[in-house]
Amino acid sequence: MSPEPDTDTEADTGTGTTGTGTGTGTAAAPLLRIVGLVKRFGGFRALDGLSFHLKPGEILGLVGPNGSGKTTCINVISGLYRPDGGQILLDGRAIGGLPSHRLVHLGINRTFQVPKPFMTLTVRENVEVAAAYGRRRPGKTDIEALLHSLELDSHAKRPASELNSVQQKMLDLARALATAPRILLVDELAAGLNPAELERVGERLKALAAQNIALVVVEHLMGFIDQVTDRVIVCNAGRGIFAGPLSAAIRDRQVVEVFLGAEDDGGAA
Amino acid sequence: MPKALRHVLFTLVPVVVAFALLPSVYSNQLLLFNFVIYLALTQGFNIIYGFTGYLPFGYVGFFGAGAYGFALAVMHLHFPPLAALGVGAVAAVLLGLVLTPLLRLSGAYFAIANLAASQAVFLIVSNPNLTAITKGPYGISLSGVFSPGFTYGVAVAILAATLGLVIYLRNSRFGLALQAIREDAISAGMAGINVVLSRTIAWLLSALVAGLVGGVFAWYISVFYPETVFDLGVSIFAIVFALFGGTATILGPILGVIILYGIYNVIGISTPQYFQLIYGVLIVGLVLFLPEGLVSIFKRRGIDVP
Ligand SMILES: Nc1ncnc2c1ncn2[C@@H]1O[C@H](COP(=O)(O)OP(=O)(O)O)[C@@H](O)[C@H]1O
Ligand SMILES: [Mg+2]
Repeated sequence: MSPEPDTDTEADTGTGTTGTGTGTGTAAAPLLRIVGLVKRFGGFRALDGLSFHLKPGEILGLVGPNGSGKTTCINVISGLYRPDGGQILLDGRAIGGLPSHRLVHLGINRTFQVPKPFMTLTVRENVEVAAAYGRRRPGKTDIEALLHSLELDSHAKRPASELNSVQQKMLDLARALATAPRILLVDELAAGLNPAELERVGERLKALAAQNIALVVVEHLMGFIDQVTDRVIVCNAGRGIFAGPLSAAIRDRQVVEVFLGAEDDGGAA
Repeated sequence: MPKALRHVLFTLVPVVVAFALLPSVYSNQLLLFNFVIYLALTQGFNIIYGFTGYLPFGYVGFFGAGAYGFALAVMHLHFPPLAALGVGAVAAVLLGLVLTPLLRLSGAYFAIANLAASQAVFLIVSNPNLTAITKGPYGISLSGVFSPGFTYGVAVAILAATLGLVIYLRNSRFGLALQAIREDAISAGMAGINVVLSRTIAWLLSALVAGLVGGVFAWYISVFYPETVFDLGVSIFAIVFALFGGTATILGPILGVIILYGIYNVIGISTPQYFQLIYGVLIVGLVLFLPEGLVSIFKRRGIDVP
């Protein structure tokens, strides 16, 4: 795969490395297409023409130094901020600027870099309220199974404020999954996890992709990115500077330059 | 829904039955009426603060709007009192609608802006240039509809409906959604909750309660001045009573009113200096030891407080 800055091509970059779920491998249409996305804070462009696409069942890594716009990208896609330029297309339909709850009903959900549970509500209520309000189709979320799969079942009746930070991250994930998303945006879920937990969370994300959910995974831990992603977008200063498999990214001159001097978490696996 | 039923049996039924029967054994009906008024107002405040997290310092503005809506409908439109009560409720809800942009503010900014808004309404109503309509600063006299016995019953009915509403919020998905918004509005959006719509509904319900209470208050006393029904002391009482007992519960605000308004009436009027001392000590003690109100004593022991 040739490295191509600002990818907006229809070429399938996920050339059968990691399992891409039920995808047939041939041209599955992109579920989400980001085209030239711009987000300004005052005069500063946190996103400056970012483009990428995402297919059902695919896990896309979003990597880049701190401040390169990864979280902002997730914030814009999930409706926290309106884009100042460019397009966000879901199934070809422009969804930029819709309020969060509408996007949730269209099948987009996320976790937060710093988890944001409903602190005084119980763990179970945190998930219950999302299952009640967040599903795009009527259906029943199996809350017990969901809590169990994220090892939260034994804390179900405790207020979320009593959870430790790893558990709060899992609760963020549980809340997102309770809405039965088609697209899940995961912001630094792996930070702070021990190796065993990392492994389990990685497998969990892959299992979601196998259910045809499309994932964007923002992460500094390159080992984790390598474990779970099919393809990465490398961001710098609000733009994509590389798209392709991680193994190719680490040989790319521009990527290496960006990461040297910005090595903050000892992230290289 | 067994839990909601339990809440009805342990809060709504005893309170409503007690206040319905008390006038036959205790002659100071005005005092009982004031208790009923504060019980309902405190629950109305609970809806917007306890469930949604907005602290409306100017909550009395809705009470005043209800009182004046009632009075103007009686004076100018010659509505029968029950219909005028509806006008009072509508006036408060309309004021709430006008003020919905304030919900974009948070914390102290919202509290102060709401306070200013209620003062603005007070200044408009009491403006001497509007004397032909509102009687301006000279006050309202509605002796034609004075009927304390019946009005007391209406107030108890409003209290029952308000308690029913709070019990619904305490036990419904919608109440849970409001609490989610209170905890984190961004996360609430990601749970699929329409944050703007939900908090607007809570705000208007809260205004509705205060409007009905203000209307029935105007009806009961029938002679009042703008300062009476836009008195910031009313806001402060409702806020302190609710916080003292514990918000986002049904029982908390009830206990707050019974205890604090009880103390106020026992010693506050006869020996105000002791009253202020006791009030101060109680409130400081509560903030230090039970910041989540009296009911947190039970909550900490794992008891489900209605
Ligand atoms: N709400 C905001 N207001 C102002 N600047 C912001 C805001 N959010 C992010 N930024 C800025 O945008 C840039 C990108 O931030 P972010 O998306 O959080 O980076 P990353 O997640 O890649 O570390 C940073 O310089 C950050 O300071
Ligand atoms: Mg970030």
